[in-house]
Amino acid sequence: MIKRSLITATILSAATSGHVLADVTLDAVKARGVLQCGVSTGLPGFSNPDDKGNWKGLDVDMCRAVAAAVLGDATKVKYIPLTAKERFTALQSGEIDLLPRNTTWTQTRDTQLGLNFAGVNYYDGQGFMVSKDLGVKSAKELDGAAVCIQAGTTTELNLADYFRLNGMSYAPVVFDTSDQTVKGFEAGRCDVLTSDQSQLYALRIKLEKPDSAMVLPEVISKEPLGPVVRQGDDQWFNIVKWTHNALLNAEELGVTSANVDEMKKSKNPNVRRLIGLEGPKGKGLGLNDDWAYQVIKQIGNYGESFDRNVGAGSPLKVNRGINALWTDGGLQYAPPMR
Amino acid sequence: MKYDLQPTLPPPANSTGLIGWLKRNLFSGPLNSLATLAILYFLAISVGPMLKWALIDADWIGDSREACSSGGACWVFITHRIDQFLYGFYPETEYWRIDTTFYIFAACIAWLVIDKTPYKGYVAAFTLFVFPVIGFYLMYGGGFGLDVVETHKWGGLSLTLILAVIGIVAAMPFGVILALGRRSDMPIVRSLSVIYIEFWRGVPLITVLFMASVMLPLFVSEEVSFDKLLRALIGIIMFQSAYMAEVVRGGLQAIPKGQYEAADALGLGYWKSMGFIILPQALKLMIPGIVNTFIALFKDTSLVLIIGLFDLLAIVQAALNDPEWLGYSTEGYIFVALVFWVFCFGMSQYSQGLEKRLQTGHNTR
Repeated sequence: MIKRSLITATILSAATSGHVLADVTLDAVKARGVLQCGVSTGLPGFSNPDDKGNWKGLDVDMCRAVAAAVLGDATKVKYIPLTAKERFTALQSGEIDLLPRNTTWTQTRDTQLGLNFAGVNYYDGQGFMVSKDLGVKSAKELDGAAVCIQAGTTTELNLADYFRLNGMSYAPVVFDTSDQTVKGFEAGRCDVLTSDQSQLYALRIKLEKPDSAMVLPEVISKEPLGPVVRQGDDQWFNIVKWTHNALLNAEELGVTSANVDEMKKSKNPNVRRLIGLEGPKGKGLGLNDDWAYQVIKQIGNYGESFDRNVGAGSPLKVNRGINALWTDGGLQYAPPMR
Repeated sequence: MKYDLQPTLPPPANSTGLIGWLKRNLFSGPLNSLATLAILYFLAISVGPMLKWALIDADWIGDSREACSSGGACWVFITHRIDQFLYGFYPETEYWRIDTTFYIFAACIAWLVIDKTPYKGYVAAFTLFVFPVIGFYLMYGGGFGLDVVETHKWGGLSLTLILAVIGIVAAMPFGVILALGRRSDMPIVRSLSVIYIEFWRGVPLITVLFMASVMLPLFVSEEVSFDKLLRALIGIIMFQSAYMAEVVRGGLQAIPKGQYEAADALGLGYWKSMGFIILPQALKLMIPGIVNTFIALFKDTSLVLIIGLFDLLAIVQAALNDPEWLGYSTEGYIFVALVFWVFCFGMSQYSQGLEKRLQTGHNTR
């Protein structure tokens, strides 16, 4: 026990000693000319290498957006693939500048690890997938169902909570990996497959006949995923936060990568402030005045990124759902840029 | 009464030829017959559909999943991404650098392996001392007008080979030194060697890699933190040298005491007696052990995927997560298994050939 607390103390002191480097991330990135961005080792739609070895995905777009804002070039990113266990250490030790790696924003992570969450680029949550033949339209009708789950994940606990809360019973069928879970579902070992919504769509494609299955509307847990930065470097924290806000505001104002040049002639003061023709520009962030223009020009707005990586324009075909803008009844809302 | 020797009758028809062989080997009793029939049945129901899936109904060429329409295996997934599986994220225009490195290495190895090629000593020295420098500049760049390709872009089969080859080659000398140290009469040298060997053999490789990747950066400042691949390599070498030391020690212990005494009687010092008498004999005995260790390491390299390095297995797994290609995990894993099998089987065959040629005197199959 003593040994363990000693190790923890050592890690923590080592982690906090990293804070001596605080407030320098922006300068370090500019001097290096490259943004070091931690991504997953492969998660469909969020960060995965494509045929040509280029990284693609919603999280990858976050890296590219910050690189465009800071360096003016979305390609100046060094992607560091990280496993779930390494991710926070890599950020704490300064190996990476930014961690958009489908990381759930929780109190512990935000307050005890020396990290800050700079926003939510995807509101995820646990959901259910059923075979269409089952004729079920809501998770409330799943009493007595056999449920396929992956072992050792919080999914298992959320599932137990949800069924207990609704006074229903279920029979868990536990598998080790997601591939096995899909095969189990396909073989009819269970009626329902549960996982995070973002992953359900990817798992659905792995089925022999993806159209035979559907994702139920209920979401039973909150998994807000967002980009993470080191605590103690407020300037860098602001940059990442406002890059994300710029993506959202651009969608709200209808500014896209295709029309951003035309929009320079726009009379709308909100648009003019967004692309840095007037208003706060880049001063407070320590960036060029056209930072948001570069982001939109090179990445597009949030909606474009969503559509291209996980939404209708991608094989995953995830519904915008709660990730729609607040104007469309979703949760994505950005403070005004003025 | 006839006393002439009768001509020898041919053996009964059912004990020669194909029938005889079948009878002797497959149907020599009720139990064996039953087992044979069961296995034949199993083969009939499994091999046929498997071949149909893997070869007859399979799709080979194309550039998207639409090309996979025949219902069998979708090898398009492999053929379309084969460059990525071989070279990782290495820039496409620079593939020739990996190719060149590989061909030089293959030529060196072939020269050393094939009988009766001249100047083996020089080639061995070149492979050990000059080639690593050439290889480094070719792969990493940063000199002779070559662009730097950082190690986080390395991956695929080339990374697997780099990890395995460097791991084993660098571990070899350390292993010999540690083994000699463990058998030394000097108490400090001996206990240090024992502690080192027992420590590294006592921890799993996955822990070593994890420490190198996760813990080490926390203890050193940002400036001195060095390359992740280098960290993993150092971990692998440390780990592997402990195993190698035990293989070498096994070889040393197999040398009869008389050889040591003879070397002493000739008035040879420690290093001369080791270098000229003991090690040449011991190394011959160690071949199976060394190759065994090498094969184990070659397969262990896939553990680097837990620290986010993309070896062959990891890059195939990452490719399986491309939304455009979801659902071809079977093809991916079969491909990886085949590649690993080809390399491991090749090495084991070579080691058997080498044993025969060197006549280690214990090649009783």
